[in-house]
Amino acid sequence: MAGALLFRLRALVALVVLLIVFSILSPAFLTAGNLTILLKHVAINAIMAVGMTFVILSGGIDLSVGSVAGLAGMIAGGLIDRGLVLPVFGVVVYFQIWLVIAIALAGGAVVGTINGLLISRLSVAPFIATLGTMYAGRGVALLLSSGATFPNLLGRPDLRNTGFPFLGSGTVLGVPFPIWLMLLFAVAGAFLAARTPFGRHVYAVGGNERAAQLSGVRVKRIQLQVYVISGVCSAVVGLIIASQLASAHPATGQSFELNAIAAVVLGGTSLMGGRGSIGGTIIGALVIGALADGLVLLGVSEFWQIVIKGIVIIVAVVLDQLQQRLQWQPSRP
Amino acid sequence: MTPDVVLAARAVSKQYPGTTALDGVDFAARRGKVSALIGENGAGKSTLMRILAGVEQPTAGTLELDGRPVRLASPRDAAARGISMIHQELNLLPNLSVADNIFLGRERTRYGILDGNAQERQTHDLMARLEQPVDPHILVGALPLGYQQIVEIAKAIAQDVRILIMDEPTSALSAAEIGVLFRLIRDLKSRGVAIVYISHRLEEVIAIGDRVTVLRDGRAVAEAAADAVDVAWIVEKMTGRTAAGGVPSGPRAEPAGAGPPTLSVGGLSLEDRLHGVSFTARGGEILGFYGLMGAGRTELFETLIGLRRVRHGAIACEGRAIAHLGIPERIRAGLALVPEERRAAGIVPTLSVRENIALAQTHGLYLSPAAERRSAAEFVRELNIRAASLEQPITSLSGGNQQKVVLSRYLLTSPKVLLLDEPTRGVDVGARAEIYAIIRRLAAGGMTVLFASSELQEIMTLATRILVMAEGRITAEFAAAEATEHDLVAASAPTMAHLNGGD
Repeated sequence: MAGALLFRLRALVALVVLLIVFSILSPAFLTAGNLTILLKHVAINAIMAVGMTFVILSGGIDLSVGSVAGLAGMIAGGLIDRGLVLPVFGVVVYFQIWLVIAIALAGGAVVGTINGLLISRLSVAPFIATLGTMYAGRGVALLLSSGATFPNLLGRPDLRNTGFPFLGSGTVLGVPFPIWLMLLFAVAGAFLAARTPFGRHVYAVGGNERAAQLSGVRVKRIQLQVYVISGVCSAVVGLIIASQLASAHPATGQSFELNAIAAVVLGGTSLMGGRGSIGGTIIGALVIGALADGLVLLGVSEFWQIVIKGIVIIVAVVLDQLQQRLQWQPSRP
Repeated sequence: MTPDVVLAARAVSKQYPGTTALDGVDFAARRGKVSALIGENGAGKSTLMRILAGVEQPTAGTLELDGRPVRLASPRDAAARGISMIHQELNLLPNLSVADNIFLGRERTRYGILDGNAQERQTHDLMARLEQPVDPHILVGALPLGYQQIVEIAKAIAQDVRILIMDEPTSALSAAEIGVLFRLIRDLKSRGVAIVYISHRLEEVIAIGDRVTVLRDGRAVAEAAADAVDVAWIVEKMTGRTAAGGVPSGPRAEPAGAGPPTLSVGGLSLEDRLHGVSFTARGGEILGFYGLMGAGRTELFETLIGLRRVRHGAIACEGRAIAHLGIPERIRAGLALVPEERRAAGIVPTLSVRENIALAQTHGLYLSPAAERRSAAEFVRELNIRAASLEQPITSLSGGNQQKVVLSRYLLTSPKVLLLDEPTRGVDVGARAEIYAIIRRLAAGGMTVLFASSELQEIMTLATRILVMAEGRITAEFAAAEATEHDLVAASAPTMAHLNGGD
């Protein structure tokens, strides 16, 4: 019985084992300094993966998240560094930071809306729709600066747009702000998934779309909403990265979608939809983060790290299949 | 042992974690005979079948093929020895043609290249033998369910089957299609094929079976020649109690009291699926829609609930026009549909029993699992749903109990008009009688119940008024007391009269 429980909680077990092994092998691992760095890295993947979890639970996939992160960073970078140029009036408008952030998040929501409409209204396969917006979003991010970096996001006191770096580099009660954000998204995401009708409807749509529809679930609306959530989460990630670097680069976020999907899958969420949890995703992100951090401390070559990450993902999915098979299936009449 | 026994199970047991599905069962399939296997859901029929077909291995006991012990390692292994199984849930690929499905895994080739012509020619010959005008080119997904079943049978026959296991082969078939199937079964018998036949329809088992084996709680409790038994005997053995008057015919429904009209439908048309369907239903009525496959019953129900858009015609629930509304609004207006295909449209397999019951009632901002548990527990008690826990996965329940869960989900929305499409398809006798009782109770409480069925007996037993459909039209209406089987069958026959102007 205890064995079965440990098997069910294997992602958590894997995390604990990793933490123990790394702290034995490397005295630097279990230090406040290292754990803070680890969690700051994890936060970026985890916030994105929270949005991805909703999409995957609904039976979809979102490949555009990395591009959205890059795009959101570039929107914020442009607005802070150069302001909004209005040629008609011959003026340049600079916004306060909270407004810059709101606009960048809205950018993420717009891409999410496009994804959601393509998938729910035009019945484009999620993989294809978000592959398209992945390219288009990246292209727009490059267009915003003609491919250049916005180098200075510190803002200027005379324009009253300083304070952006706090998002990525500030601390509250000694803990970096991105870690608080991760906590916020994890708790809010878990609540949304487990304790609201919206969350239940996401599970239902992913589990059986027709049954959900006949039960009065607005399937298309749910499909739209999950992509908007994913877009906003990704925009938050883009803002955190731009804030940490105090500069925005259009290539930011490339291949992040794969890390996010890996965290979701490691956390036990089924790519078929309808099964999984936000808590699992957070643990999945922590496993990936701890693995990367620990292997660096142990001096394992960068290339081996990639190989190991791949193996871990495959093992996780194989174990998942095993669990599905071991679940008792009674005779079907 | 008699030499005509081709496949036998000897003291076969099957244990799953926490339960014994089969307990020392003996069973024999005989050459040229139909060996019928019956029992309530959970009695072990499916497990026994899966063992005979090589899907599962027995925990104890042996299988004997032609008198020699045999181990069937996989369905493929079993198929190689001439054992084939037709599942209740069809195993066809909707994206491939009829011919491609029939030859799947055994493709005809010439010089290593797929010989589509040969496959199609043989499929054509096969269908001619089955008296079914099924085009070998057509995609299986485009065929109605009844024809898909025939493709499945054709597939087994094409494999030179010696032992054919059929799981509820008639549950999706119309009376005419059942006739074809039975002729086919007799044809197979005369060729020496041994048939294992599982069905919930007891009359059918007696009609087509040669020997009847009754399973109860994982044991074979009785075996007899089919012509020596009757329905009452089978029911007694299945349930372990004597049932007076047979099952599921309960007391015939009383004519409905003239309640107020709850649902009125006027001139409903849907492309070439429905043509000017009009009727009015009153509170307390149980309206039975009889018809053959493709008569338009499912389309009518789907249009009423809002799954298909209304182009012509009006629908009013308690005087309020609802034809323009979406599904959630119609549910709120008092309509609910329990769909025909439980797996495809009824249950959400990834959710628990509780979550499945609560699904149509999840509104607002916040879920209350405690309130969900309360209302789910109430229905589990009231509808006698056999579940160990509200939190167990819905897929761990038997078919009849899954159906009751889906029913609970819609009853929780307090419908005024309840639409049930084939409410007892794939449900065992016990659960069937319970579902009938539930429906009668609901109607007695003033609810309007509309149900579609292709089973004459179900229509005659349950309905207070019967509407017969054929080719998307309502062709006849009977008060329950007046209807005879002959009238119903006659009215359900496609006539093409409207094409000849003789309507």
